[in-house]
Amino acid sequence: MSNDKTLSISMPTAMDQSPHAPAAEPVSRGLTHQNIKMTAANLNAYFGKTHALKNVSLDVPSNRVLAIIGPSGCGKSTFLRCLNRMHEVAGGTLTGSVTLDGEDVLKYDPVVLRRRVGMVFQKANPFPTMSIFDNVAAGLRLNGVRDKHRLQETVERCLRQAALWDEVKDSLNKSGISISGGQQQRLCIARTLAVDPEVVLMDEPASALDPISTAKIEELIYSLKSNYTIAIVTHNMQQAARVSDRTAFFYLGELIEVDETKKMFTTPEKKQTEDYITGRFG
Amino acid sequence: MITPRTSYDLWRKIKNALMAVFSVLCVVVAIAPLVMIFSYTLVQGIGALNLDFFINMPKPVGEAGGGMANALVGTGILLAIGACIGLPIGILAGVYLAEYGNNRFAAVVRFMADVLSGVPSIVVGVVAYILVVLPMNHFSAFAGGVALAILMIPTVTRTTEEMIRLVPHSYREAGLALGLPWWKTTVRIILPAALKGITTGILLAIARAAGETAPLLFTALGNRFWSTAIDQPIASLTVFIFDYAKAPFEDWNRQAWAAGFVLIALIFVLSLIFRYVTRSRYVER
Repeated sequence: MSNDKTLSISMPTAMDQSPHAPAAEPVSRGLTHQNIKMTAANLNAYFGKTHALKNVSLDVPSNRVLAIIGPSGCGKSTFLRCLNRMHEVAGGTLTGSVTLDGEDVLKYDPVVLRRRVGMVFQKANPFPTMSIFDNVAAGLRLNGVRDKHRLQETVERCLRQAALWDEVKDSLNKSGISISGGQQQRLCIARTLAVDPEVVLMDEPASALDPISTAKIEELIYSLKSNYTIAIVTHNMQQAARVSDRTAFFYLGELIEVDETKKMFTTPEKKQTEDYITGRFG
Repeated sequence: MITPRTSYDLWRKIKNALMAVFSVLCVVVAIAPLVMIFSYTLVQGIGALNLDFFINMPKPVGEAGGGMANALVGTGILLAIGACIGLPIGILAGVYLAEYGNNRFAAVVRFMADVLSGVPSIVVGVVAYILVVLPMNHFSAFAGGVALAILMIPTVTRTTEEMIRLVPHSYREAGLALGLPWWKTTVRIILPAALKGITTGILLAIARAAGETAPLLFTALGNRFWSTAIDQPIASLTVFIFDYAKAPFEDWNRQAWAAGFVLIALIFVLSLIFRYVTRSRYVER
């Protein structure tokens, strides 16, 4: 596979791993500045009085898949939402910094930021009043694109990328919610891709799906990383192991450990990580 | 053994059956008035219900026959004016309450809307009289429309708010995550998803306004002649019913019944049209 080659080039050498490294250090271990897409530094997030994220520093490497694992309520989703400021929609605030290509996301207009950093949610949420075509075209159309040819092209390209085209090409005018749950989720991914984001955030995208649909989504994530930077939150550790290049483990709002996926799942450095991965808690 | 046959068990089943019977009885009682009103108006008014009723003008006092063409058109015009003023205000106020309504001001507005929906319609008529009729110096269709609009606003506001709140938050998030501005998400995604419920609210408001007599008495006044000018007094079905029902002529009484039936039918047809227009494009597939 051609992917292997690019992988091995970008794969960090992991030479500088010291077992006694301070907590903030392992964040960018093995990553160089060229291949970091987004960076969170000393990130704290609050919802009212709840301190949801505690001093998290974590890099999102470009054109790779970062998986975020941890038990419920550990701040995984909050972290993901901070990356494109969707936490604000739920009334959250943050301190510390999040950068995209070195620029502070808080300085962006959130509308512009979210076009560059798209998001796929846990529950498939196609717009119920729109057809399959209109769902995919929504991002472009509602942002003022009228060119029919371009819309058609984009819709087809994105549905193909989301591995859904063959299943829906004859029913593009059907309701977005008339298809199966797994198809709906791939439709949502196509819709996200249509606005041409650089980063795609996925919040447990397969947790409500059956194994076959899940497998399709996972294949899809794997194929997308050559063009996009992906961060995925998942409850499913096998899934993290299958699709991701790097894995971060969160517990109680703190980042416990982050490393290459292979290392995380074979020889994690922290006891808590090992306990979680082996199913001893969480 | 499926269930132990104890006396407690038996009592539980009896209670269950009693409850079901009681509920059904209440349903019957609840819909009985509607059926009775509908059939009684029809029976009483059927004699006066003919083509003349729809296309002719009222005959001079004492002459039999004639129709209420002017009142039909008048009611239509009054409702149109009321809807043009009341619906945009009501819908946008509802959007405000649902989208930005987590503050004290919104709580006050919400409370006021609830109070307004309970204000006697004749009082609303007096307000419209002072606001419109006095400055214009004469009764007019416009004044009647304003009175009806004031009556529509609270219903539309509150149902719009409720319906928007019912739209799952995930749709808003999906819209925002696509990089759509907040207002565009509201107008293009949330409102269409809530359209069905909002339509029901609009219908309720229009139906209520269509049946109002009191606020029209001293705003639109009524008119025995053909008029479609909005700055002149205008006829309406309800005012005709009021006048004809208390008149000493049997023919007029019958026409009042007919007008009542037409009004009910009008609202019925209007509901069907609204439902058809705002139906989901995908239901039939």
